[in-house]
Amino acid sequence: MDDRPTGGAVIRTGRTITDEMAGRITRVEELFYELKVEDVMTRNPKVVTPDEPMEAVLDLLRQAQISGMPVVSGGELIGIISIEDLIRWLRHRRDGAPSSDYMTTKVITVKSANPVVEALKLFAKTRVGRLPVVDEAGKLVGIITKGDITRGVLGALQSDYQAEEVRRYRASHLFEDIASDRTSLILRYDICPRDFTAAGKASSRIKRALLRLGATPQIARRCGIAVYEAEINLVIHATHGGQIRVEIEPSSILIEAMDDGPGIPDINLAMTPGYSTATEEIREMGFGAGMGLKNIERCTDSMLLESTPGKGTHLEMKIILQPKEADLEVNHLKEEKV
Amino acid sequence: MTLQEIIQELQLTCLTQPREFREVVPENGYTSDLLSCVMAGARHHGIWVTLQSHTNIVAVAALLELCAVIVTEGAMPDPDTIAKANEEGVTLLLTEKPSFYVVGKLWEMGLREG
Repeated sequence: MDDRPTGGAVIRTGRTITDEMAGRITRVEELFYELKVEDVMTRNPKVVTPDEPMEAVLDLLRQAQISGMPVVSGGELIGIISIEDLIRWLRHRRDGAPSSDYMTTKVITVKSANPVVEALKLFAKTRVGRLPVVDEAGKLVGIITKGDITRGVLGALQSDYQAEEVRRYRASHLFEDIASDRTSLILRYDICPRDFTAAGKASSRIKRALLRLGATPQIARRCGIAVYEAEINLVIHATHGGQIRVEIEPSSILIEAMDDGPGIPDINLAMTPGYSTATEEIREMGFGAGMGLKNIERCTDSMLLESTPGKGTHLEMKIILQPKEADLEVNHLKEEKV
Repeated sequence: MTLQEIIQELQLTCLTQPREFREVVPENGYTSDLLSCVMAGARHHGIWVTLQSHTNIVAVAALLELCAVIVTEGAMPDPDTIAKANEEGVTLLLTEKPSFYVVGKLWEMGLREG
């Protein structure tokens, strides 16, 4: 094994990895650095004393179904004994021979506070199957195998997933848990002028927020598209950028996009499909198709556009979340097909 | 027809992290280089063919939940765009061929506009 980042190398060379897991490699790699050895190690491992006869070692390994154990004397780690050592003993079968005669004394250890990737590096470099884990004082506190790491990482991935579920669950109960005559949640996003790299950030954040709040994917998608178009308009046209304000209520979502100029001279013309005042440079990037406002109209239940040249533009979009939300969506999907 | 078959048949280069492409079945296709037209015309779970390669294609593909974006004429997206695509779970595929060829091939393979 060469000197590539060991975490990645170990995973990528493994033959049994599925494509689905491969898709999560980035997170897995992160976990190799985030998780500590002590988070995944086996605590209170089985140990033997140096005077323990090899017959007892054999029984212990067999009973515990493990392949190796640290050898400890007076609380000090002095060696490690594994199946390989046991085989050496079995060859001549010296009755009553103590474990100290067969143990490996050059013990490679890993510190409990180190990230898991350090253990992986040692596994890759030394090809040992297990590493005794020691604390800062060098005292044995556990043992770690590749299996422990796999289990630990899978557990962490699972809890990542559960954390998102919990966030979703909590958010979706927000409106039920907080009693008032009228509850609403307001999200505000500042949009920078001419920043095409950040464009789309507000819409994707709003979409995620709505999904967490329990909106259906269709509603979240419609909002996402409407906000995206409003966001792009602010990026392209608004002199100083602008603000997007989303007010979420149990029955409706109100989205407002506001700026302080330059304003639209002819709103009817601006609403005409294909009409755009975007520059050639902006069009080359694929923006300014003159479809934005039409798309907003299509995705929302109502839309109000007000503008005063020299003063600014105010775009208001509303999406109704009736109890019969499903029916509404069917209609919208039909419209989308046209 | 799976995304895996499309990738093989069209010899596409996958720029983003590989997924289980054998289990992804694109339902429709769309082509345009104007983002608002894509917003209006592309359906979710579809394939979008474009020669645009700047960061915003990722935002569009993510919002519409597209299966994949095929970037044509070798218009290589920059590393930030690819990183963002990985973050958003968007699959970016690259080909040297022009959009016309790609769309023709996809049609031949049985993909329709949905």
